[in-house]
Amino acid sequence: MAKRIDVTDLNIFYGNFKAVEGVSMSIPPRAVTAFIGPSGCGKSTVLRTLNRMHEVIPGGRVEGKVLLDGQDLYAGDVDPVAVRRSVGMVFQRPNPFPTMTIRDNVAAGLKLNGVKDKKRLNEVVEKSLRGANLWNEVKDRLDKPGAGLSGGQQQRLCIARAIAVEPQVLLMDEPCSALDPISTLAIEDLINELKQKFTIVIVTHNMQQAARVSDQTAFFNLAATGKPGKLIELDSTSQIFNNPSVKATEDYISGRFG
Amino acid sequence: MTTVTDAATLSDARPLDLSGKSGSRAAKNSIATVVMSLSFAIAVAPLAWILWTVAVKGGHLLLNASWWTNSQQGITARRVGGGATHAIQGTLLQGAVTAAISVPIGVLTAVYLVEYGRGKLARVVSFMVDILTGVPSIVAGLFIYSVFMTTFGMQRAAIFVCLALTLLMIPTIVRSTEEMLKLVPNELREASYALGVPKWKTIFSIVLPTAFSGIVTGILLGLARIMGETAPLLILGPYTKAIASDLFSGNMATLPTMINQDRDQALQPAVDRIWAASLTLIVLILILNLLGRFISSRSKV
Amino acid sequence: MQSITGVSIADELPADGEPPVVGDGAGTGRLGDRLFGGAAVGSGLIVVALVTLIGVFLLSQALPALAKNEANFFTSTEWAVSGDHPRFGIARLLWVTVLSSLMALSIAVPLGVAVALFLTQYAPRWLARPAAATVDLLAAVPSIVFGLWGLRVLGPMTSGLQDFLRNNLGFIPIFSTTSVGSVTTVFLAGLVLSIMILPIVTALSREVFAQTPGTHKEGALALGATKWEMIRTAVLPFGKPGVISASMLGLGRALGETVAVMMLISSLPGGADWSWSLFGGGETFASKIALGAGEFDSPQKTGAYIAAGLVLFILTFVVNAIARVVIERRKAFTE
Repeated sequence: MAKRIDVTDLNIFYGNFKAVEGVSMSIPPRAVTAFIGPSGCGKSTVLRTLNRMHEVIPGGRVEGKVLLDGQDLYAGDVDPVAVRRSVGMVFQRPNPFPTMTIRDNVAAGLKLNGVKDKKRLNEVVEKSLRGANLWNEVKDRLDKPGAGLSGGQQQRLCIARAIAVEPQVLLMDEPCSALDPISTLAIEDLINELKQKFTIVIVTHNMQQAARVSDQTAFFNLAATGKPGKLIELDSTSQIFNNPSVKATEDYISGRFG
Repeated sequence: MTTVTDAATLSDARPLDLSGKSGSRAAKNSIATVVMSLSFAIAVAPLAWILWTVAVKGGHLLLNASWWTNSQQGITARRVGGGATHAIQGTLLQGAVTAAISVPIGVLTAVYLVEYGRGKLARVVSFMVDILTGVPSIVAGLFIYSVFMTTFGMQRAAIFVCLALTLLMIPTIVRSTEEMLKLVPNELREASYALGVPKWKTIFSIVLPTAFSGIVTGILLGLARIMGETAPLLILGPYTKAIASDLFSGNMATLPTMINQDRDQALQPAVDRIWAASLTLIVLILILNLLGRFISSRSKV
Repeated sequence: MQSITGVSIADELPADGEPPVVGDGAGTGRLGDRLFGGAAVGSGLIVVALVTLIGVFLLSQALPALAKNEANFFTSTEWAVSGDHPRFGIARLLWVTVLSSLMALSIAVPLGVAVALFLTQYAPRWLARPAAATVDLLAAVPSIVFGLWGLRVLGPMTSGLQDFLRNNLGFIPIFSTTSVGSVTTVFLAGLVLSIMILPIVTALSREVFAQTPGTHKEGALALGATKWEMIRTAVLPFGKPGVISASMLGLGRALGETVAVMMLISSLPGGADWSWSLFGGGETFASKIALGAGEFDSPQKTGAYIAAGLVLFILTFVVNAIARVVIERRKAFTE
C-alpha cells in the first residue's frame, strides 16, 4: 500500500518570496524519513507541499514536481483535495475536533467523504485506534468527547484519525514537540510500527529523535538569512549522524549552530 | 571606602517611615474609591427602580391566566379585563419571521467575510455592514414605508415591519457570527483539509458546529434587541385589539404598540395594562438574554 | 490509483512578471464549493445591494421635496410640508437632537467611566462579573419602557430639580425659562437618554480598562503611587481612545433614539419662538419622523421627512465612523 515519493527541483513560494529552493529527493516506501534543520530553514514548508497544504496559505505556490509512485501531484488535472486523502498529516499540536466524540473524530475523515455504513465505520474506528495504540485506553469511552484526553492520547487520536482514511503516506509535523517525554516515547514506538504499513515523513527539531526513529534523514538549511532554504544533505540516518559528507551537516549535528 | 560607610550610616540614622503616605494623597485615594463605588450604585439604581416600578404596577395582571390567553377585543380603557395574548403573539411571530430572514443572510455573509473574502469585495461588504449598523431604526422603517407604501402603493402589514427589523438585525448577526468564526482555531480547519475534506464541507461540518453556540447566542441577543424596537412599528405596524396571524394583510398588535397605544391614558385599568405589557416585554427580552448567556457559557470554543 | 478531477487555483501558475496567485488552494472547483461559496458571496452582495438601495431610494425621494422647499432647509424652523408651497427646515430639530444627546453624554460618560473603573480596578473578583452583568442588563430594557417610566415615574420627580435650575440659573440661555411649563422637556429626555446609553459607554470602557497591560500598572505602583494615582497614570491614558470610541457609540445611540424622546418632550405648536433652553419642548429628527407618520400619504410630504431622516443617518454614520477610526488607530499601536 505505501508508496514512494520523488521530488524533482521543487521551489516553494509565498507570493513572490522564494522560501525554499531546488529540492530534489527520493522518499522510499515503508520507511521513515526525517527532515531536520534549524528553525526557519523550510523543513515544515517542504513537508506541506507533499500533501498540497502549502497552498492553503494565501499566496502559497509551488514550482517543480512531486511524484507519488510516478503520478505528479501538481499536474494540471489533479484535485488537491484528492491528494490530501492519499497523503495524510499529523500536526504539531493535537487538534481533535471539539464538537465530536472519540469515535466520530476517528471516523471524521471517512464520514465527511460520504461513508455511511455504520458497521464499516465501527470496524475502521477500532482498526485505526488499535493501529494508533489507543484502543485499550479508550474502548470504553468511545462516545465521550475527544477533547477529554491527555495530550499524548489526543495526539494518538489524531494519528488514528489520519490513518483511518488509509493514506499511502503519513506526514508528521513535529508531532511530539507539544508532548511530555513519556508520551513522546509512546509515539516513537508507534511510528516504528506504522512504518510497516505507511511511508512516513517526519519533521523534527529534536535530532536525537531523528536518530532514534528514522531510516533516512534529510538536512535542510538556509544559505543565509533572507535566502531560501535548501536541502543540504540526504542519506541514511546512520551515515548522516556518524559520517556526514557536508560540513554544515556536521556542524548542525554536533550542535555548533541551530 | 569612606563614602560607602558614610552612606550606610546616613540611612541607618533615620528610621524608615512606613506608616503611610502623606495625608492629601491618601485622602484623594479614599475619595476616589468612594466616588467609584457610588457611581456603581448610581448606575444600578435606575435599573432596579425601573424593574421595581414595572413589577409593582403591572405584576398583578401577569398572574391572571387571562393575560396570557385573551386579547383586548371588546375591552375599552375603563374596563378591566382582557389580556395581552394578541400582542405577545404578534411580538413573537414578528420576531420569528425577522430571524428567519436575517439569520441565513447574516450568517452566510459572516462566513463570506471570514472564510472566503479576500481583497476589494470583502472590504466593500464589511464597510456596507458598518453602514447598515448605523442606520437608525426610524430611518429603516421610513425606508420600507417609502418603498412599499409610497412608491408601490401597498397597504401596511406585519411583513413590512419584519422587513424593516431585518435591516436592523442583519448587521448584528454578521458581526457576532464573524467574531465567533474568528475564534475557531485555524488548526481545526487544517486538520480537516489534511483529511482531504473540501473547503465547503470543512466550513459546514467543522467550523460552523464548533462556533455554533456562540452564533446562537449572537442570534438570541440580536432577537432580544429587535423585540424591543418600537420605531418601525410606529410607521409600519398600527395597533389592533384582536389576535392576528396574517402577516400579509391587516394590522397586528405587538407589545410595544400596545404600550404606546395607551401611553397617555389616565384611566386605571388601561394604566395597569400598559405597565403589565411593559413587564411582559422585559420578561421576554430577559429570558432571551439569559438563554443566550447560558448557551455561550457552555460553548466549546 | 483513484480518479482525480477538478482543477486547483494554485495550478494556474502565473507567468513571469505577473502578480502571484491570491487566495488559498483549500477550495477547488467542485460543485459543493461552488454552491456554498456562491451562497456566501451572494449574501455579501445582498448586503451591499440593500445599503445601496437604501441610499439611492431615500435620496430619490428626498431630493424632489427639497427642490420644492421654499424655505432654507438648514436654517428654517418651519415645518409645513403639504400644499404647493412647502416650507420646512431642520434648525430646531438639529438643536433639540444635539442638545438632548450632548446632555446625555455629559452625564453618561463620566458616570460610565467611573463605573468601568469600579468594575475593573476596584471591585473584588466575586463581585465584578455579576456586577458587570447587572449594568449590561440595563441595555435589555426596551426604549418604550424607558419612555413610559420616564414619563410617569421619573418625570414628575424632576419637576423640583427643573424648577430649581430654571429659577436660579435662568440667566444662562440653556437654562432659561420657556413657554413649556411641564416636566416633559429636553432636560428630561436628556436625563433618560443618559441612563439608556450608560451600558454602552460602560461596556466598552470596561473592555479597554481591563486590557491595560499589567506592567504599566505595576510600574506605577512600584514608584509608590496610590491606587488612584496608578489609575490616573496608567489606566486612564491607556484607555483614552477606548473611552472616546465608547462615547461616540453612545452618542450614535442617543441621536437615533426615537420612542423615549417622543414620549418625553412636549411638542411645540407651529411657529413657536426659538429657544436654546433645555427646558423647552420640540422634536428630534427621530421623534419628528415618528410623530409625522400620519402625514406620509404623499411623496412630497414623505420626501420632506425622508430628508430629515437622511440628515440623521449621516450624523449617526459620521459619529460611528469616528468611533471606529479611533479604535482602529489604537489597534495599530498595540498589535
